[in-house]
Amino acid sequence: MIPKRFRPKKYRRNLTYLAAGILIVGVTLYLALPILALFIRISPDLFFATIHDPEVISALWLSLFTTCITLAVVILVGTPFAYYHCRYSYPGKVVVDTLIDLPLVLPPAVAGVALLVLYGRVGLLGKYFNMLGIPLAFTTLAVIMAQIFVASPFYLRQAKSLFEQLDPAYEQTARTLGASSLRTLTLVTLPMTASGLISGAVMTFGRALGEFGATIMFAGNLPGVTQTMPLAVYVGMQGNVNVGLTISILLVIISFTIMIAVRIIQKREAGHA
Amino acid sequence: MLEAVMVKRLRDFTLDFALTVQPGEIMVLMGGNGSGKSTTLNIISGLIEADTAMITLNNQCLCRTKDDVDVPVEDRRIGYVLQNSAVFPCMTVRDNIAFGLRARHLGWSVIAERVALWMDRMHIADLADVKAGNLSGGQKQRVALARALVIEPGLLMMDEPFTALDVESTQAVKDLTRRFVKKIQIPCIVVTHRVTDSTDIGDRACVLCQGRKEWEGIPSEMPEICSVCHCK
Repeated sequence: MIPKRFRPKKYRRNLTYLAAGILIVGVTLYLALPILALFIRISPDLFFATIHDPEVISALWLSLFTTCITLAVVILVGTPFAYYHCRYSYPGKVVVDTLIDLPLVLPPAVAGVALLVLYGRVGLLGKYFNMLGIPLAFTTLAVIMAQIFVASPFYLRQAKSLFEQLDPAYEQTARTLGASSLRTLTLVTLPMTASGLISGAVMTFGRALGEFGATIMFAGNLPGVTQTMPLAVYVGMQGNVNVGLTISILLVIISFTIMIAVRIIQKREAGHA
Repeated sequence: MLEAVMVKRLRDFTLDFALTVQPGEIMVLMGGNGSGKSTTLNIISGLIEADTAMITLNNQCLCRTKDDVDVPVEDRRIGYVLQNSAVFPCMTVRDNIAFGLRARHLGWSVIAERVALWMDRMHIADLADVKAGNLSGGQKQRVALARALVIEPGLLMMDEPFTALDVESTQAVKDLTRRFVKKIQIPCIVVTHRVTDSTDIGDRACVLCQGRKEWEGIPSEMPEICSVCHCK
């Protein structure tokens, strides 16, 4: 005789489906509803009208300009840094490893304060730059510096892990075939890690674009100079709500595009593997 | 002719080894895992430095630590097929084979001619424009062999070239290796841990055990069990 506590198999399976369904729908709604609310809150006509607001255009261009510069610096400096960091052993490598990851867990506002203490007008180094007539804090350069500090770990971690995972036999073969170390890096190592590096760069772009805490602390909130899109959202929500909503929607669209791009790249990468 | 004497302190033992390989001769280097076989090849190719070494290839000194002579790896002209063939998966077969010639800045017509010749010799001409990542194990090994030989090396070295291959591909690669080593008369070292490989391809075999030469002779006369560590 079957004990009462045992339910039929079908019943148990349906219960599992129900629990899974509730969880999936619940989590999806929790993540999607706030985004949907943004799109519902403002009509398309108002959105397209507000998009031409000088405040929006200024923040948009400043954000795109600073983020592109940040990305270029991170790729140009970060790629060889990550490569040499992986290929060579040196004293304090573990400390450097930790420092690379630190901005990921550090509150952005703290990162901003740290940058201000170092590069501010009376900062440890900033006072010397100031004496040379190169003010760093509260300039567009400060926005870029804050973005690099906060967003670069996304690229560095990715590049580091790719270089570590690459079978050294490829580079060794290239060297025995007569290629210099630079030629090996550019013709073998980088093409073989390109998809992953692009994913890292896209994530860095996204993080830099959304940077708020470090920027407001170190660069301030000067329209046209340091007021990036996230800062303009903050200002907009305290006055002209439509500006805040329009920029928020623009940021959602850009972030969504970035995520789609990463997915496509990862899919391509998986296809090649 | 290759003459090499080397000493290198490794984690568990000291590699202390000397070998001579004549032009057109295939020397099979055997031994258990971690016996120093691959390290020997890496020292000869210049990928790793020995504590002391004297390596001469065709009367040219590649390395003499005593006099601080050390020809850089890219200038040694050694065809080296590493484990798992290491063909560049994002390049076509043609670009893989042309890689070493381009690194030497040869004219494009010379490169095209030599690449075509070696693709033909290795029976991979029909794969010229295929991405190397899409090839089978046997095809990859042929590409790796062509890529190593197209640079007209003074020495050919192969590290476990038959490990990932099926019986048919193994035989094909063995035949090709043997044919071209004899044809272009260069010394060749093949690292393997399978006795059948050594009898099939080798003119001479050498057994390494914990960094030291345990036995050297004709492959068919190789003892079955190493007398030092009793590895097979």
